[in-house]
Amino acid sequence: MIFDLLLAAALLWSAVQALTTPDLFRAVVLFIVFGLLMALAWARLDAPDIALAEAAIGAGLSGALLLDAVGHLRQKRRERSP
Amino acid sequence: MKALLNIAVLSLTGALGLVLAWSILDLPASAVRLPEQVTAQLDMSGVAHPVTAVLLNFRGYDTLLEIAVLLLALLGMLALPRQASGSKPRPVPASPMLQTLARLLTPLMVLVAGYVLWAGAHRPGGAFQAGAVLAGAGVLLHLAGLLPAWATPGRALRAGLATGLLVFIAVAATLMTQGTLLQYPPGWAGALILVIEASLTLSLGLILAGLYLVLADSKVQA
Amino acid sequence: MNAPLIYALTGAALFVFGVTGLMLQAHLLRKILAFNVMGSGIFLVLVGLAQRTGIPDPVPQAMVLTGIVVAIAATALALALARQLLDQSGEMRLPEEEAGKDKLDV
Repeated sequence: MIFDLLLAAALLWSAVQALTTPDLFRAVVLFIVFGLLMALAWARLDAPDIALAEAAIGAGLSGALLLDAVGHLRQKRRERSP
Repeated sequence: MKALLNIAVLSLTGALGLVLAWSILDLPASAVRLPEQVTAQLDMSGVAHPVTAVLLNFRGYDTLLEIAVLLLALLGMLALPRQASGSKPRPVPASPMLQTLARLLTPLMVLVAGYVLWAGAHRPGGAFQAGAVLAGAGVLLHLAGLLPAWATPGRALRAGLATGLLVFIAVAATLMTQGTLLQYPPGWAGALILVIEASLTLSLGLILAGLYLVLADSKVQA
Repeated sequence: MNAPLIYALTGAALFVFGVTGLMLQAHLLRKILAFNVMGSGIFLVLVGLAQRTGIPDPVPQAMVLTGIVVAIAATALALALARQLLDQSGEMRLPEEEAGKDKLDV
């Protein structure tokens, strides 16, 4: 019960941080942290199937996609301001 | 002006949150007991794991539409005009350490995907998770510089992308001639589900990896 | 108050955070993040609310499993469109949003 409350608080905190951090790279990393915490939450909810999928897709694959996008954005900015 | 707008949005969404929380706490217990119904029908589903039974038997058409949506999303991405990158140099040559690791891990990941697919019949696992592991292997290979990004998928790749949907539709159409859409004949359910799941795993792995590899191709030209 | 209910309430809060982010953030990558947070919140409500009684319910679990995979496809398509916009207009925000002082804030 205490663990669930702590996990819920951590979920909310990481979501707020991911949405408000000024640095975009940090925001994406925090979003990956959020995805991993979600996987934990699914395990607590007796949903190991979703936990597996969330860890692989929600944290792994979407993390790779978003980091790639941030890299693309930075590269674009570097080209603009030599 | 901007600050005023922020306050307005925050107070509106705050009110929305309170209403949502109140309705969650106030919601009466559901009259339909779905878990019991699933357990009662589980023996007829062809698999022993309830979530797989729901995904591929009781609500198989959801999964059918889902793989169609995934394919559509990838087609949408491929349809966007992208800068041709025929002579694109590899971004950064990855370290030999990473390349060796990727070479060692990839067969292992394929093995894990196969196991997760097989395990889905009687314990947590199944086509989705197996496909995600396969896609992870694809992303890892690309990051190690061993797998090029996709410019335009060739014929074999296109066939692989569509296999899951086509096999699923073929099974559904065959069953349709017997009566109802996706109502497996007793005794055949387990085998049919395995065939569908195996093709779904292949396609899901390719599509999910493709979501990454198509975007990775559209790097900015220097 | 049991554990699934806690997660359902957390999900409602996450949904609200996502909606707020979607409305207040101008940067498209942040809008995509907010959209994903919103989706995760909905998933938590779906499963948490169905399992209030303490019995695992495979039906919403299967729905959410489907939902996660569809969400990643939608995210990838959204990212592709946002990149297209970046390549053509040099900005990752919608034209009707007022242009920020830092054009390509990273």
